[in-house]
Amino acid sequence: MTTNTETPTDTATALPEDADQLTAKLRRAAVAALPPERLLPDRQPAYVASWIYVFGVLTLSALAVVILTGVVLAIFGPSWWHSSTVGLFVNSLHLWSVEVFFFTMVVHLWGKFFMAAWRGRRRATWITGVVSFIVSVGAAFTGYLSQQNFDSQWISTQAKDGINSTGAGAIFNVTNFGQMLMWHIVLLPLIVALLVGGHVLLVRLRGVVPPFAPTDHTAKATEADQASPQEIMVKGDLS
Amino acid sequence: MQTLTAVMGHMVGSLINLTGPGRYIHWGFIQISVANLVVIGLMAVVFAAAILIPFRRHGSRD
Amino acid sequence: MTTAGETSAPRRGRRFNPDRDVAEWHGKYLPYDLVKEFLIALVVVTLLVVLLSVVFSSPDDHPVTVRSWSTAQPVDFAQTAITELDGTSATASFGPPYNATDPGATQSIGPFSPERWFGVHHPIDAANNYVIAPLQTLPDQPALDAAITTYTSAPSSQQANWTTAYEKAVADAAFAQGGLKVPSGAYGPVAPMISALTSMARSGALDDALLSSRQFYGTDYTKPLLFIADGTYLDNLGQAQHLQGSQWGMMNETGNYPGQAWLWLYTLWYQVPPMKTSSNADLQVWAIMMLLTLALALVPFIPGLRSIPRRSRIYRLIWRQHYRDIS
Repeated sequence: MTTNTETPTDTATALPEDADQLTAKLRRAAVAALPPERLLPDRQPAYVASWIYVFGVLTLSALAVVILTGVVLAIFGPSWWHSSTVGLFVNSLHLWSVEVFFFTMVVHLWGKFFMAAWRGRRRATWITGVVSFIVSVGAAFTGYLSQQNFDSQWISTQAKDGINSTGAGAIFNVTNFGQMLMWHIVLLPLIVALLVGGHVLLVRLRGVVPPFAPTDHTAKATEADQASPQEIMVKGDLS
Repeated sequence: MQTLTAVMGHMVGSLINLTGPGRYIHWGFIQISVANLVVIGLMAVVFAAAILIPFRRHGSRD
Repeated sequence: MTTAGETSAPRRGRRFNPDRDVAEWHGKYLPYDLVKEFLIALVVVTLLVVLLSVVFSSPDDHPVTVRSWSTAQPVDFAQTAITELDGTSATASFGPPYNATDPGATQSIGPFSPERWFGVHHPIDAANNYVIAPLQTLPDQPALDAAITTYTSAPSSQQANWTTAYEKAVADAAFAQGGLKVPSGAYGPVAPMISALTSMARSGALDDALLSSRQFYGTDYTKPLLFIADGTYLDNLGQAQHLQGSQWGMMNETGNYPGQAWLWLYTLWYQVPPMKTSSNADLQVWAIMMLLTLALALVPFIPGLRSIPRRSRIYRLIWRQHYRDIS
């Protein structure tokens, strides 16, 4: 325990005995991995010069609108939109933002696939993206189940067959409105937010994937010829 | 807004009414709604446009 | 800890593989305002969504109730009710998670049957839940109570005789003057029971009985939904809206609205043999989709698949400015 009454305000003046703290270790690791200028960079490599690159942020924006409109629907409850014209309008905003979300996400997926964006230790970025997509499909599914109208009746009574066949129906009961609503507004948004957050942080961590080398298309997969050893081995950073 | 909205039954307030019987296209064993086909077609068009339309950068995004 | 510009080198002993590795960037960086880009994207998406909502709104088809179903199609309701009583309805013969009918409609791939392994978790006793118990909630009906007692105390072979005879006859029934008119036959207590249930359904009381059978505040619609789905009324509505599985319905929305285009591959498998005619189709399609989803997630590890981007050369369009700059 320190007897110094002054509190250090940055890691540079941290007291030596603090270094073993979990807090200090976590902070150091986080700041080392993502210092502010990497978390919110104001520059990008010159090769980031195509409209395809905006589809990630468009997807994020669409997700923001989905969540915002979902919050409004939550404020007034799940049956509001059936009896209120404003409610119906907000429901429309929610539905169309979901359509835009999937639209931009799939275009983003196509772009990232044809850029082979997993290259260079970016596999986790790719995987978190795919898993986000799959969980989003689940979130949309529970949303359709929460409509309390003919569509949700149809979808639940049809989907039960598929889900029951896997045994998951023992727990995940699509005809249980209360359960499906809670998955839709609590569990799945949390999971989507965590996955998407992780995905975006990974992009900041690894940077946007560089292009293929100009002669890459001629290379057989196992040949090591394009990159020089210096290019491969030297570390670098954004500054 | 009042004039645009109707409340009863499954009437919805909209400029274009999509609540009528759906239009579907049958092509071999594929059956797809016109609406979904439009969405998928738009996605392909937008993807092509995104990679073809030049993205001008001259030191600044403006 | 790997940082953004750090090596993406193959580990020692591994050669550079252009589908897996990439030389890190040492070239130019240009100003790029991410926050501004996000705000612009947000405004664009919001405007687009508002426009779509104003122009198209969203669908809200009224739900079916047991009341609306039995009012529109009382004979179909009665036909469904008798199959619930005699255990031949889809729900009664489903198997887990609703009942222990074995094998019922339980699906399997070889010895693999997770449906059976997980067991019954949402028990439905069709005869009691859908017919006997709701009828017993009706007050001041001594004749009906007597009929129910006659039925429940009869041996199962006698019950089967009554229900089989009734099931055959009710297909030719009519609904007139506020009641079911079934061709005469030896149905015992079954005929008045089903008649009473039909009237109860048409009054709306059956909807309430099915929902509040356990508690006042219900949010679980499993019982009424499964009952409704056992009939043909909901099914015909689905058919009319192009929502059946055989109509690629999983992708579709009611009316002319776009639906869930992203489910195209999932629903496609139901249209091809052997899934198309298999009684285990659901489990088979789930298995296929789990594998394909895994493959999509693991593309970076799959040779051949991960070299498609490089071989297709679409990247040359995406990065053409870059290739011009460095040439």
